[in-house]
Amino acid sequence: MRTSRREFLKQSAAIGGGLTIGYGPLGAISETLAQKAAESVEINAWVVVRPDDGVVIRYARSEMGQGSMTSAPMLVAEELECDWKRVKIEYASANASVKRKRAWGDMASVGSRTIRNSQEYLRKAGATAREMLIAAAAKQWNVPASECGAQNSFITHGPSKRRVSFGKVAEAASKLEPPKDVKLKDPKEWKLIGKPIKRVDIPDTVMGRQRYGIDTQLPGMLYAAIAQCPVFGGKVKAMDSSRVEGRRGIVKVLNMETFVAVVGDNWWRAKEALRDVHIDWDAGANGNASSASLMEFYRSGLDAKEDIAVARKDGDFDQAFAGAAKKLEAEYWTPYLAHSCMEPMGCTAVVKDGKVDVWTSTQNAEASLANAASVAGVSLENVEVHRVQLGGGFGRRGGAQDFVRQGVAIAKAMEGTPVKMLWSREEDTQHDFYRPASLIRMKAALDDSGNPTAWYSRVSATSIFSSLVHLPLKPPLAPAEGVDPQSVASIFDLPHAIPNVRVEYAQRNAFVPVGFWRTVGHSQNPFVRESFMDELAAATGKDPFEYRRALLQKSPKDLGILEATAKAAGWGKPLPAGVFRGIAETEGYGSYTCAVCELSVDKNGEVSIKRLVLGIDPGYAVNPDNILAQMQGSAVYMLTAMFWGDITIREGRVEQSNFHDYRMMRLREMPKVEMVLAPSGGFWGGVGEPGQASIAPAVCNALFAATGKRVRSLPLKNHGFTLA
Amino acid sequence: MIEFTVNGKKHSVDVEPEMPLLWVLRDVLDVKGPKFGCGIAQCGACTVHLNGEPVRSCSVPVSTAAGQKVLTIEGLAQKGQLHPVQKAWIDNEVPQCGYCQSGQIMSAVALLARNPSPSDKDIDAAMTNICRCGTYARIRAAIHAAAKSPKSAKA
Repeated sequence: MRTSRREFLKQSAAIGGGLTIGYGPLGAISETLAQKAAESVEINAWVVVRPDDGVVIRYARSEMGQGSMTSAPMLVAEELECDWKRVKIEYASANASVKRKRAWGDMASVGSRTIRNSQEYLRKAGATAREMLIAAAAKQWNVPASECGAQNSFITHGPSKRRVSFGKVAEAASKLEPPKDVKLKDPKEWKLIGKPIKRVDIPDTVMGRQRYGIDTQLPGMLYAAIAQCPVFGGKVKAMDSSRVEGRRGIVKVLNMETFVAVVGDNWWRAKEALRDVHIDWDAGANGNASSASLMEFYRSGLDAKEDIAVARKDGDFDQAFAGAAKKLEAEYWTPYLAHSCMEPMGCTAVVKDGKVDVWTSTQNAEASLANAASVAGVSLENVEVHRVQLGGGFGRRGGAQDFVRQGVAIAKAMEGTPVKMLWSREEDTQHDFYRPASLIRMKAALDDSGNPTAWYSRVSATSIFSSLVHLPLKPPLAPAEGVDPQSVASIFDLPHAIPNVRVEYAQRNAFVPVGFWRTVGHSQNPFVRESFMDELAAATGKDPFEYRRALLQKSPKDLGILEATAKAAGWGKPLPAGVFRGIAETEGYGSYTCAVCELSVDKNGEVSIKRLVLGIDPGYAVNPDNILAQMQGSAVYMLTAMFWGDITIREGRVEQSNFHDYRMMRLREMPKVEMVLAPSGGFWGGVGEPGQASIAPAVCNALFAATGKRVRSLPLKNHGFTLA
Repeated sequence: MIEFTVNGKKHSVDVEPEMPLLWVLRDVLDVKGPKFGCGIAQCGACTVHLNGEPVRSCSVPVSTAAGQKVLTIEGLAQKGQLHPVQKAWIDNEVPQCGYCQSGQIMSAVALLARNPSPSDKDIDAAMTNICRCGTYARIRAAIHAAAKSPKSAKA
């Protein structure tokens, strides 16, 4: 179906020889064959049956490698009882979502929530469609529906053994009233869920046929390269484009106030010309800021008496701490990080006759559509966001829709002409919405037997929710008034048995833009929590696994994954000389994870990771091989960040620019990753993000075991460690 | 005019000689398999073969390709038959987002062409392409699998 859609796109373009046919009526291009073809029958928003018994299942979220383009439709197919081998998957249209009052619900791929937030309505959609197909067949045979069942895209009448295919009754089924209550299968009856199902998008990728936002090609299309003010918050003071005017292929140079765009007949010419446009920037208020001044700003949050919110208060920390025999205090730092999606930010758009068509790699087609509408000044119904695969997302393409706003603004300035805007890698590195930096003060008190009696955390960091999404920090979003849930993630909800706990949040919003970076607060806070927990264990001379185990007795799921992973890793068994272990455990995104790292360190600080054992309990494991892929990927993303990731600021701008100075892990550095998949059932957890959470502390705790050196700030390169 | 062949088809392009091969392929010839990742030959998403050798096309001026043969991911399958490396990539479910994979595959094909049974160390040295999704373990497994497949010697 996806290939067909592209053929249709190509045909539209070819027939039109311009934009007239391809773009009018709006949405013609996005109308997939299933939505368009008269012979295909829509049973409900998710299920379309074709006369040849092929089933089209719609997918509303975005595919960026996390695999939910396969696993979400699996949930529909599980209940539909269709032949999975003949299922085609197509994106639900964002424009149709507007017109059909969000028939597909939330379209965003963020927060590891595709499965956990949509599993119920996806399974119900499949079950509802199945019941309607059965009812239509039963009516045709004049038998009770209760005597009929569905399997492999056929409906069978038990007593008479009559069979009819889905395609033959689809038309009649579509006219029936959908049943109100459908019974979902017992997990024991699942045929697809829990099986390693091949990802549907992989063959196209391997043949070079996968299409990303950057691959959009339209007749008469122009290309734009842009330069944004290197200092955050700055704008264009003056621009002189005389040197590039009349240059081959250069069509226009646009002063867009916060950025300059060169529009040309191919991207390379536009980008080369951009270097010769003289831009005088007004740096604004942040021209003197540096990493040092930012650290000072965050430090002020640690010491402040005012503007502090309390995220959690159990018992009386102050009293318990004051009277304790043994006390520990430490400060932890995690830096700003860039997402570095392999496909740089970009957006292709055409604004014509009051309508807007957008092609962009987005994690949130609805947000892209709303931003396009607002920039172009048209209503939502007049915008389509054409769906494509994303060249990585990791949170960069969800909450922040800056690239869509820029792309549509350029297209508006070039009204009638399609323009493909693409960022350079340098723009992508220097104009991200970064993983927030965070400075955290930790305190704990221990009783005579080494058990923690009091625990304190003060987090000083920029709030993503208030600075990017502009949401008020109030319950139920926030754990308490004024607390960003991501800033204190895994700390405010500490599951360990500690009687006196106080967790505070100092919201200190700096000028560096921040956003959702894969695993968000759980990408940094478990490093703090689980390293500090290790400090407590070390201070009492206890085994770090046993120490956690004792404190998690009343948190069965945390305890379960801790024990399962430790067992699989052979915790407690002797290691070869020079090899040391570390462990950490965290809940995040509704899943429970644990990591055990075995490593050795040589005298030059070269760290050789022998094994990384990653345990996960996602409740139900929908597509196990994809979960393994996500765990392997989480290892790479987190090891890259914890060894090298450090976005630093000088004179208000990001110092790093490309992969030569913002280092990415490569294949030769990939350690052995073993997954312990321990689905305990009864709940649906995420898998795209939680895998990262426990890795950094497990590695740092193993480093402590190996060297006696406690790492309290990342990245490790700043401590003289590198990955062998 | 600069002439060269792409996937067996002759092309003649009127562009600046310094224009990188990547952008001629993508923006002039509409060959979208090779991807743009960094522009400085770091990431390898743009990897294509120039006379059988893997090159980072973002940093190769098109003039270098004059009279030469360029092979991209689109030209890898022959007569509808997947290349053994492509087949191994599917069997091992290698790609995640997939953006870097045409470059990864072209690098792997070049490696196997000169070294039909590479060791882990050989793979380490040859496969320097960046993948942010973290498919490295599967890339390694797929290269070993392709090396063992009967067709790879001829490929």
